[in-house]
Amino acid sequence: MLKQVEGSWAVAEAIALCRPEVICAYPITPQTHIVEGLGELVKSGVLAGCEFINVESEFAALSVAIGSSAAGARTYTATSSQGLLFMAEAVYNAAGLGLPIVMTIGNRAIGAPINIWNDHSDSMSMRDAGWIQLFAETNQEALDLHIQAFRLAEELSCPVMVCMDGFILTHAYDRVDIPTQGQVDAFLPPFEPRQILDPAEPVSIGAMVGPEAFTEVRYLAHHKQLRALSLIPQLSDAFRAQFGRASGGLIRPYRTADAETIVVALGSVNGTVQEVVDDMRADGVAIGSVSICSFRPFPLLALRETLQHAKRVVVLEKCLAVGLGGIVSDGVRKSLSGIQLNGYTVIAGLGGRAITRSSLRQLFEDAGADELEQVTFLDLNADVVAHELEREALARRTGPTAEAILRRLGTVGSRIG
Amino acid sequence: MRNLKFPDAATPPMQSVKFYQTGTFTVGNRLLAEDERSVQANMERTNSLNSGHRACQGCGEALGARYAIDAAMRAAANQVIAVNATGCLEVFSTPYPETSWQIPWIHSLFGNAAAVASGVAAAMHVKGRTDVRVVAQGGDGGTTDIGFGCLSGMFERNDDVLYICYDNEAYMNTGVQRSSATPPAARTATTMAVGREPGNVFGTGKNVPLIAMAHQIPYVATASVANLRDLEFKVTKAMGIHGARYVHIHVPCPLGWGSAPADTIKVARLAVESGLFPLFEAEHGDITGRTKLRRPVPVTEYLQLQKRFAHLFGTKPDKARLDAIQAIADRNIARFGLLENA
Repeated sequence: MLKQVEGSWAVAEAIALCRPEVICAYPITPQTHIVEGLGELVKSGVLAGCEFINVESEFAALSVAIGSSAAGARTYTATSSQGLLFMAEAVYNAAGLGLPIVMTIGNRAIGAPINIWNDHSDSMSMRDAGWIQLFAETNQEALDLHIQAFRLAEELSCPVMVCMDGFILTHAYDRVDIPTQGQVDAFLPPFEPRQILDPAEPVSIGAMVGPEAFTEVRYLAHHKQLRALSLIPQLSDAFRAQFGRASGGLIRPYRTADAETIVVALGSVNGTVQEVVDDMRADGVAIGSVSICSFRPFPLLALRETLQHAKRVVVLEKCLAVGLGGIVSDGVRKSLSGIQLNGYTVIAGLGGRAITRSSLRQLFEDAGADELEQVTFLDLNADVVAHELEREALARRTGPTAEAILRRLGTVGSRIG
Repeated sequence: MRNLKFPDAATPPMQSVKFYQTGTFTVGNRLLAEDERSVQANMERTNSLNSGHRACQGCGEALGARYAIDAAMRAAANQVIAVNATGCLEVFSTPYPETSWQIPWIHSLFGNAAAVASGVAAAMHVKGRTDVRVVAQGGDGGTTDIGFGCLSGMFERNDDVLYICYDNEAYMNTGVQRSSATPPAARTATTMAVGREPGNVFGTGKNVPLIAMAHQIPYVATASVANLRDLEFKVTKAMGIHGARYVHIHVPCPLGWGSAPADTIKVARLAVESGLFPLFEAEHGDITGRTKLRRPVPVTEYLQLQKRFAHLFGTKPDKARLDAIQAIADRNIARFGLLENA
């Protein structure tokens, strides 16, 4: 059914259709509307057979989820930013225990300085925790990915994060097609756990493993992700057959066939990128783009196939690996092992800074002329940076950097553009 | 000690009779009614924490856990799921491929046992398994320190979980470091017996049973491995109640305390009899029962058996700090009304 709803509500409805049995909720912007929506659905009786638990921290949220999932209940939670960091220990633990929990990440920057707006620093910080990480491009895809996520998680006994850009998707009202319960039931069978806490068949879960077996246990976690590389496209195909629209998959190339320049990005910014690609194509520029949906497992082969004939690759990243540059770029480079082409890392959209078409157009033109630095910060205010560096060179006690920059800018509210 | 019921209530004895074995407060099985006897005396005990584990000789925690979980199993007709915090109990009972646990058991992290247990309880509730009961357990570090947030959250929501803390007063699994349950003056690896005031500081203390009571949860009790019948009774009582319940068990650690393994029960008993570890029960925030002391013993009798307090004695006893510890015991005795005639 077509509905004009907020992205968070669309996800809440999708989760409810997946018949979760335990939902843990803890507020953090910008994911909060999702669990608020689910709380309403549970409390009003629309979503029956589900426990909605208000916990005291994100660490508890995922810990409660670990308990309920290990006891055989289909389990969901959501978080963002600092919340994901606060539950980090449990994030690794849930994956290590092989518990098929599904968690939405309303992607948001990590402080300090505290910042509630969108970038991908939170999800990226947990990229090696053993969770599958799927990035949604649109609200429709966010909705669809959650339905696929439960099936993927439960088939593999592996937790799945569905990452959607905070505010840009979570708070955007957009038209989405919400499937029927019958459609979802046909796609998503009931949860049959591989391991379960059951007095009739007592097992010990989560005991210590020493050097004699730890490598094998970890390898099998890796192997699970390798299996996901084939399962994710299969589920995407099955989803298309069941629901009549394409969603998910490993990557989505856009006008890449004869492209000399290919832009790689994750999440909602791909919409803007594709518009700029269209504009430049109209002017005869051979440019295309690739949206990475599955960041973990990282689709090395699919990317290699798509990128290998290009002359250059621009990786647009909403996360900064401080002291290195880009995280996605590392994976992209690995996918192109042995192939020589120009690669550029562009750090963009940090802390919610808008990524505009005009900035991207200029960026891609510079890239086309191979006039980009290895690592570029899109729309960096060089004047402010130079001034702050000069100030710090002149005095010792210069105070909080962030405050000094904002004083220099003279803005009171937040400048997002 | 509980008041024992006499078979013929119509003819009460002329005076209150107490059944003490020589030198102990332990009541023998033969003096108890069938349903009050120790689970361990029953041929059908479950051995939930089975023999063969790797606990040290004289481990109070292993003893406490064995009695507590077997009692919980009896009370729940063997339908118990246990959640364990990281710590000695988790490590000595398990390393794969072996396990001493004869019940479904999960270990997740150090600080989240109470929350994981809430999740298990939620799953049981949603699946209609009202017969299955959930017990979470951890040491004092996993309970009073790193797991405290999750514990308080579980209490406040009144989740249907019995949380058992085995308190050996320090981080024993990592090599005897101080926790918030470490008593004043005690030597640990991080409160060294050096300097002007050797051992742990005299802080304000952190009485988690009292904090649990402040949550108004249905049942809170302290217990000791010195009084195993009482421990079983309290666990059994806790299992008969729904909602959040907390049982805090004092379990000597010969390794960390520097006491003789053969003295575990004796040391635990002296902690109780000195007033340093009061035994009491509380329901919905109010104290409903306490184990009275027939004859309080000086704290020195308790402290002297443990090398962690050795720096208080020797040729020049640290009278000021021994007095300060005695004052803590005296305050407990007064506060909880532990004197027999009080």
